[in-house]
Amino acid sequence: MRTLLAVLGLAIAAALLIDMVMLATGMRASFRSLLTSRGYELRVTPRGTLPFDTEATVGSASALVASLRAHPDIERVSPSLGSTVQVQRVDRARSAFVLGTQPDLQGEYTVINGRAPLGTDTLLREVIVNAVFLTALDATLGDTITITTGRSAQLRIAGTPTRVVIVGEGRFLYVPPGLPALSAPLAAVQGFLGDAGRDRISLAMASVRADTTSATANAARTEAVRVWIEQTHARVTAISTETAIVQVEERLAYFRQLAFILGALSLVIGVLLVTTLVSLSVNERLGELAVLRAIGVPRSGVLQQIMLEGFMLGMAGIIIGLGLGLVTAQWLNAILRDFPGLPADLDFFVWSAEAAWKSLAMLLVASTVAGALPAWRASQMRVAQALREEAIG
Amino acid sequence: MSATPLLEAFEVTRRYRTGENDVHALRGVSLTINRGEFVAIVGASGSGKSTLLHLLGAVDTPDSGRVVFEGRDISTLTDADATRLRLLRVGLVFQRFYLMPTLSALENVSLPMAEAGLGKVDRRARATALLSFVGLGERTSHRPTQLSGGEQQRVAVARALANEPALLLADEPTGELDAATGAALIALLQQLNADGLTCVLVTHDAALARSARRVITMRDGRIVSDEPSTPLVA
Repeated sequence: MRTLLAVLGLAIAAALLIDMVMLATGMRASFRSLLTSRGYELRVTPRGTLPFDTEATVGSASALVASLRAHPDIERVSPSLGSTVQVQRVDRARSAFVLGTQPDLQGEYTVINGRAPLGTDTLLREVIVNAVFLTALDATLGDTITITTGRSAQLRIAGTPTRVVIVGEGRFLYVPPGLPALSAPLAAVQGFLGDAGRDRISLAMASVRADTTSATANAARTEAVRVWIEQTHARVTAISTETAIVQVEERLAYFRQLAFILGALSLVIGVLLVTTLVSLSVNERLGELAVLRAIGVPRSGVLQQIMLEGFMLGMAGIIIGLGLGLVTAQWLNAILRDFPGLPADLDFFVWSAEAAWKSLAMLLVASTVAGALPAWRASQMRVAQALREEAIG
Repeated sequence: MSATPLLEAFEVTRRYRTGENDVHALRGVSLTINRGEFVAIVGASGSGKSTLLHLLGAVDTPDSGRVVFEGRDISTLTDADATRLRLLRVGLVFQRFYLMPTLSALENVSLPMAEAGLGKVDRRARATALLSFVGLGERTSHRPTQLSGGEQQRVAVARALANEPALLLADEPTGELDAATGAALIALLQQLNADGLTCVLVTHDAALARSARRVITMRDGRIVSDEPSTPLVA
C-alpha cells in the first residue's frame, strides 16, 4: 500500500511535469502553427495595433494593397475588414463578427461544408458562417438570414437590413470560441458597412516569395519587406510572424515562468518521495541487506539493487503519470481555450514528444539518483553490527 | 580426519558500543579449528559466541589479535577482499533465514554463484542439485513465503553451500525452528560434515551442541572450556 501511494505521488509529479513542459513549449508552437498555417508571413495593421485588437481600420485600402502587390518580393496579399453586425433569423437575433475577405486569397477560415461565398461587387448576397453561428441562430446551410449594421439590438434600426444566404460552414482560425462569425467577399462587406467600410481594411496579410535555398535568407527577406512597408506606409504597422511570436511570448511570459516553477517543484517532489520510500525500505530490510553482504554480495551490488528500486519506482510513476498528464492537459487546455478574446485554434498544452521524453527522462534520472543516498548508506553498513542488532531485535 | 588447521585465532579481542555502554565481547580468544571438524560454540546470550563467529567468517575484524584462515591473515583484509573471501570460501547460515522474498528458492541459491561469476546454465544445475541435496528438489520454483520455516532454512543452507566453501558457519540456525525441524537441520549439517565440510555451529542450547564433535564453551568473552562432545544417552 505504501509503495502504491508513493507511485501515485510520483505519477502526479510526473503528470505535473509533463503538463508544465507542454504548457511552456506548447503555446509558442501552437501560436506559430496558427500564424503560419495559411502561408502568410506578414500582417499589416493600422499603426500601433495588433490584428483585430481594436476597431481601427486603414483607409485608401485599395491603394495600400496595390502598393504591396507591386513589391517584387511580395507574392500575394489578402486584405480583410472586420466589424460587428446584428444578425437575425426568424425570432432569433445575435451580435456577430463579420469578416470581409477575398475568398480566393483569404487566410482566415477553411471551408468545412458547402462553399465559400462568391461575388466581386458591393452587394452582400452570400456568407459563410461558423458552427457557433449556426447553433446560435438554429440555422443550416441554404437558410436566409437578415444582417444589420450596428453594435446592438437597440441600434439595429439604424442600419439597412440585408438578406443573405448561408452557403457554407467554415472554421474561423482567429475567432475566439463562442463568438458567432460570418464572412463574405471584401467588397460586399465594405459596401454593406457604408461609410465605415468604404475602401477600408482592418488587416492585410502578405506572403513573401520564398528563397528555397536558405531559411535565414527567407527570414532576412521577410524582415526587409516588413521594414519597407513601415517606411513606405507610415499609417500602418507591419508585423512578421517572428515579431508576433516574440510579442505573444512577452505577454505570456508569466505562464512560462509558472510552468518552469511548477515543473521544478514536481521534480523536487519526485525526488523527495523516492528518497523517503527507499530510505524506509532500506531501514526495514537492514537484516536482509546485512545477510546479502555477509554471503558475499559486494557494496556495489547492494548499491545497484537499491538504486534499481528507485529506478523502478520512477518508471512506474512515469508510466502512470504520462497518461494522467495527457488527460489533465486536455482538460486544462479546454478551460484555457475558453478565455475570451483568444483564437479558438490556439492551444496552450501541445504534445511535443521530444520535450516530454526529455522531461520524463529527467524525472527518471532524478528518481534513480534519489535512491542513491539511502543506497549508499545501506552499502556502507557495518555488516557485523547490523547482524548483531538484527539478532537482538 | 586431517589435522591440518583451517582456521586459527590468536588472542583476538573485540569491543563495541551498545548505546552508552562499551561491550567487551571478546577478551583474548585463541583457538584452532582443523579441516573436517564439526565444532559447536556454546554459551549464554552475550558470551561473545556470535562475535567470534563473525571474526572467524571475516564478517568483522578484531580490535587486536589475528585470525588466520587457510594460512592467510584475514584480520586486515580490505572490505572487498573480505567480501570475496566470504563469497568463495565461507558459507554462512543465520537464525533468521533472510532469503530474498522476490526470488524463488532456485534463484536464492543461485545468487552467490552469480556474484562469483558462474554461468547461468552451471548455476541452475548446481542450485538444483543443492536443493535436491537438502530435500527441496520439488520446491525449486517456490518463493520463500510459500515455504515453511524449516524449508526456508534448508534453502539458506543450500545458498551457503553455493560456491563450495571450505567452512560453514551457522549462527543459531535452529533458533526459529521447532524441535523436529531443528533436529533435521542438525542432521543435515552432520551429513555435510561427514562429507568433509568443516562446520562451526553457534548455539546457546547445550544439548544441541552435543551434535558436534567438539564443544567450545564461552563466558564473558572468553573460552572457558574446549573439549570433545559427550553424546547424549538415549
